[in-house]
Amino acid sequence: MTPIDRLHRARRIAGQVVDPEIPVLALEDLGVVRDVRLVSDVIEVDITPTYSGCPAMHIIALDIELALDKAGLSPARVKTVLSPAWTTDWLSSEGHRKLAAEGIAPPQGASRRALFGFTEVVCPHCRSHETEEITLFGSTACKALWRCRSCKEPFDHFKCH
Amino acid sequence: MASTSISLRLTPIARYLLRRADDGLILGHRLSEWCGHAPMMEEDVALANIALDLIGQARLLYGYAAETEAAGHTEDDFAYLRDVDAYENILMVEQPNGDFAQTIARLFLYSAFIDSYWRRLAESSDTTLAAIGAKAEKESAYHLRHAGQWVIRLGDGTSESHQRVQKAIDLLWPFTGELFEADADEQVLIAKGLVPDPKALRENWQTLTGQVLCQATLTVPPENWMQRGGRHGNHSEHLGHLLSELQFLQRSYPGATW
Repeated sequence: MTPIDRLHRARRIAGQVVDPEIPVLALEDLGVVRDVRLVSDVIEVDITPTYSGCPAMHIIALDIELALDKAGLSPARVKTVLSPAWTTDWLSSEGHRKLAAEGIAPPQGASRRALFGFTEVVCPHCRSHETEEITLFGSTACKALWRCRSCKEPFDHFKCH
Repeated sequence: MASTSISLRLTPIARYLLRRADDGLILGHRLSEWCGHAPMMEEDVALANIALDLIGQARLLYGYAAETEAAGHTEDDFAYLRDVDAYENILMVEQPNGDFAQTIARLFLYSAFIDSYWRRLAESSDTTLAAIGAKAEKESAYHLRHAGQWVIRLGDGTSESHQRVQKAIDLLWPFTGELFEADADEQVLIAKGLVPDPKALRENWQTLTGQVLCQATLTVPPENWMQRGGRHGNHSEHLGHLLSELQFLQRSYPGATW
């Protein structure tokens, strides 16, 4: 395998690792892999945190190293970079589609709102606009809990960030 | 990792980073004390989420402090192996939680400041500081919104909730002066455009807190004497008790790892 082939494969494999908390999303959908490069003989992968305190980041780094090792691409190491900061704008359109298909309303609206601004979130189950927020802070750092007044189902909303 | 406390030789930037990180860690720890005790399930999850954000922000700041100090310390050393007088957080964050109204009032007063502070830090000429600011301000915007909504709900709620949150605001007000403090070392960083001047944020903070308290039918306490000392390691008795819990594992089992 030439170094270029190895780098290409590493890029593909790192991008296909799934988010441990929202396993429908691959890292390439999430937009957290910032760079994959070859430094002498080592594959170096840059990732950026979604939320400062996201406990998944450590697992993501480990999963990338494991996946690369399994594919015979070691040695590899994962580095965390902070700049530019991740925002929900980094989520791919494929990521939006996958979230909705999983019953998680994708981020909607501007990433920064007025203090008590109004957000409209479409129900991922029945597409109704008749929805309301139950709590701003949900099962993971990136999600809020909502419910639909039409189909009565609760659902997660991937927060704008 | 040894059990004895680390000694620090801090440059102005490293000291600055530790102070800001200490604010986040201590407030995050206080909020984590609500885990399993909040008045309702949603609030339990919310306070734990906010605690996680604050501790995450502190980790970024401690990590950068370790890098700039270049003395081989890690973020864990800063959190677990400094004694109470080496902590330089503001006094407000170490105060006990009190009742739910007091916890929310503190989170509101702090978030109303730190949200605009992080937004200004995002314009720092230092790319790492700017990135930390850009990351943190997205999170603090949610904290401010959540705490602000609660202050209004409690203030404009029953007579019991109104008097409790008013009492909390009155109790915490003398601790808000420290939010705007910057010593000579920090002034140097401000002059270089590395960090924002907290004093410049005071007017906005007064307007914002004034608006929310007004909507909550609460009274803004009069300008009066302010508590000081946290930024120079002079703490209330509460921080030592908090650290005895936070640092218990490393103090009792030095060097323990996962």
